[in-house]
Amino acid sequence: MESKLNLDQTMIQEARQAAKTIADDVQYFIDEHTTVTVERTVARLLGIDGVDEMDTPLPNVVVENIKQGGGLGKGAAFWIGNAMAGLKKSPQEIAEAISRGELDLTKIAINDEKDIQGAIDAVAVETVGKITKNRERRDHDMKNIGDGAKPYLYVIVATGNIYEDAMQAKSAARQGADIIAVIRSTAQSLLDYVPYGPTTEGFGGTYATQENFRIMRVALDEVGAEVGKYIHLCNYCSGLCMPEIAAMGALERLDVMLNDALYGILFRDINMQRTLVDQYFSRIINGFAGIMINTGEDNYLTTADAVEEAHTVLASQFINEQFAKKAGLPEEQMGLGHAFEMRPDLENGFLLELAQAQMAREIFPKAPLKYMPPTKFKTGDIFKGHIQDAMFNMISIWTNQGVQLLGMMTEAIHTPHIQDRALAIENAKYVFNNCRDLGSEISYKEDGIIQSRAKDVLSNAHDLLNEIQRNGLFKTIEEGKFGGVKRMRTGGKGLDGVTKKDAGYYNPFVDLMLQGGA
Amino acid sequence: MGLEKVDLTNIKPYGDTLNDGMVQMSFTLPVSADEEAKEAARRLAIKMGLEDPSVVSMKNMGPGFSFFIVYGRCAASIDYTTIEVPKVDVETMSKKEVETFIEEKIKRDITIIGACTGSDAHTVGIDAIMNMKGFDGHYGLERYKGIEAVNMGSQVPNEELVAKAIELKADGILVSQVVTQKDVHIPNLTELIELLEAEGLREKMVVVCGGPRINHELAKELGYDAGFGTGSYAEDVASFVVDEMVKRKLV
Repeated sequence: MESKLNLDQTMIQEARQAAKTIADDVQYFIDEHTTVTVERTVARLLGIDGVDEMDTPLPNVVVENIKQGGGLGKGAAFWIGNAMAGLKKSPQEIAEAISRGELDLTKIAINDEKDIQGAIDAVAVETVGKITKNRERRDHDMKNIGDGAKPYLYVIVATGNIYEDAMQAKSAARQGADIIAVIRSTAQSLLDYVPYGPTTEGFGGTYATQENFRIMRVALDEVGAEVGKYIHLCNYCSGLCMPEIAAMGALERLDVMLNDALYGILFRDINMQRTLVDQYFSRIINGFAGIMINTGEDNYLTTADAVEEAHTVLASQFINEQFAKKAGLPEEQMGLGHAFEMRPDLENGFLLELAQAQMAREIFPKAPLKYMPPTKFKTGDIFKGHIQDAMFNMISIWTNQGVQLLGMMTEAIHTPHIQDRALAIENAKYVFNNCRDLGSEISYKEDGIIQSRAKDVLSNAHDLLNEIQRNGLFKTIEEGKFGGVKRMRTGGKGLDGVTKKDAGYYNPFVDLMLQGGA
Repeated sequence: MGLEKVDLTNIKPYGDTLNDGMVQMSFTLPVSADEEAKEAARRLAIKMGLEDPSVVSMKNMGPGFSFFIVYGRCAASIDYTTIEVPKVDVETMSKKEVETFIEEKIKRDITIIGACTGSDAHTVGIDAIMNMKGFDGHYGLERYKGIEAVNMGSQVPNEELVAKAIELKADGILVSQVVTQKDVHIPNLTELIELLEAEGLREKMVVVCGGPRINHELAKELGYDAGFGTGSYAEDVASFVVDEMVKRKLV
């Protein structure tokens, strides 16, 4: 692609190489560890579902049983496979027996490794086949029913009641939305289990449960057929149950997942060791399932200044790209995040925003960049808010962004009302249609404000990546380089769920999925 | 003809002429956009007390929903001269003002510890006040310059909270209690105050509790300096804490 910004290609290469070294360094750590949620994910992918009489999800019951017996380092697949080989029971029957207190996984006689893996692999291949079918169904529907033009219009529903959400989602799809995200109930990211069943109450959002995923999928397939395009479903694969939610999403054909360890570390105070290990497996699943991930760099700018700290967004995008690559996630599924968050009264702020959006486009040419609307400087003044969103929409169409998270004029007031969403969609459609080919018509003045801004941001990101390369990612986060938030390597939530892998650790899904299925 | 003077005992909305009462509003009705829906919107405006309502825009929002923009004249008026809004003891400062207040009046960084104590696992409230991201556009204390905010999370035993407060020489403690079934929060909140008193710390710190069923009166009764209910944000709590520190000479 011709660079309209005249960016220094060598500098881009060096930045990418530094990011790779940073990711390599963390990957050593990741490869040596597993976590309780990674193992619960394996349990789920082996078909274990449901809750016990205390409403504890069976994947938690199973993994807790293994943990109590000191066997987590070998992986849930090893112990479940061993029980399958010895008892000739299905994973679900085994889980139920554990929950009744009739079975203790780590106390069963150890069978031959071949038998253990044989038992597990048969089930694993079946699950992977199911996910492949979901992927094929999505591809088929997008081709045959249709797919929205990019930037995809992304709106949220957040009533707390999945049935109400489904109704609002259908309404939004009829108005023109391409992606429906179901906002999660506040603080679900901090739960070390995934709630079960359909839910009708939440705080500022709706619980992510497998049944809720299913209900929404059905609703969106229905409305998709009606409006003549595939409607993408988005949820949040983040927090303490990152890979479990990825697995649920893969099984229920979600299409987009927020999926970013750095976000959890910085903004939810989740332990960095825990969530980086979790992220790896969740990205393998998302990659294999054809799910587009969205990263959360945009959030840095809600805490740090959007002008001064723009380079931290770019640096983080480079790192996220490398982590995604390691998990086999293709560039076409990397919805790297950035945002339109400069102070509205900044002189030429629009030019700086334009420069950064164009820069991200040129540096990650294949990625469906996720562009976030103004939020930080939204007030109760909905009239001004609507204009801010229009300016944001203009840059998006101009610079060919992938996913347009629609700004709501009521951003600072409440989760969107039905008309807020409708007006946001109308705003975006108007601007996109009116300015469709603006980007290909316009070039930038050499060394003007726009080109200079992009150069500066790239150069600062390049320097920051080199610094991180020297110090390591963990230390960089400890120093508060991202979003101005400091997090300690051993601080935050979920560290006690991290375990070193033992010899003989087994997780069949990593290889199956990285190799693209059986 | 000069300008008519505003009668402060009888004010109403202003469009382009004094006392024309012009208001604009928009809303959605859960019926499809048709002539009946439009008439329904007009009649609704009349029922709301608007005179001569005019539905200037109706938009189809898909089957079963229509969106309206309506103008009308407000018939009601208000006596502005008799209005007195009861103010809370401490006026809430903005984040920036709190930061300046700390810099100028306390002249050192302060430490505030937050926790959801006892068996309570609901961190929604404490996270909204403490965490960087805050809530509803109101950033949390972690983002305040001059405040070292430590969020201990959920299910924190009172003993651990007190130990942390001693370790960090905390200036303020925030306790969140969301689960209040069978009044479990009362003995739990009381216990913390007793522990602080036993350690001789109660007077050296600003101690605040919050939650959906907490109010200022209850908090005072239990021995806290203040209680915050639903709709309180980080800046409300921060303003109280820093102001209280100065008032009690805890700087």
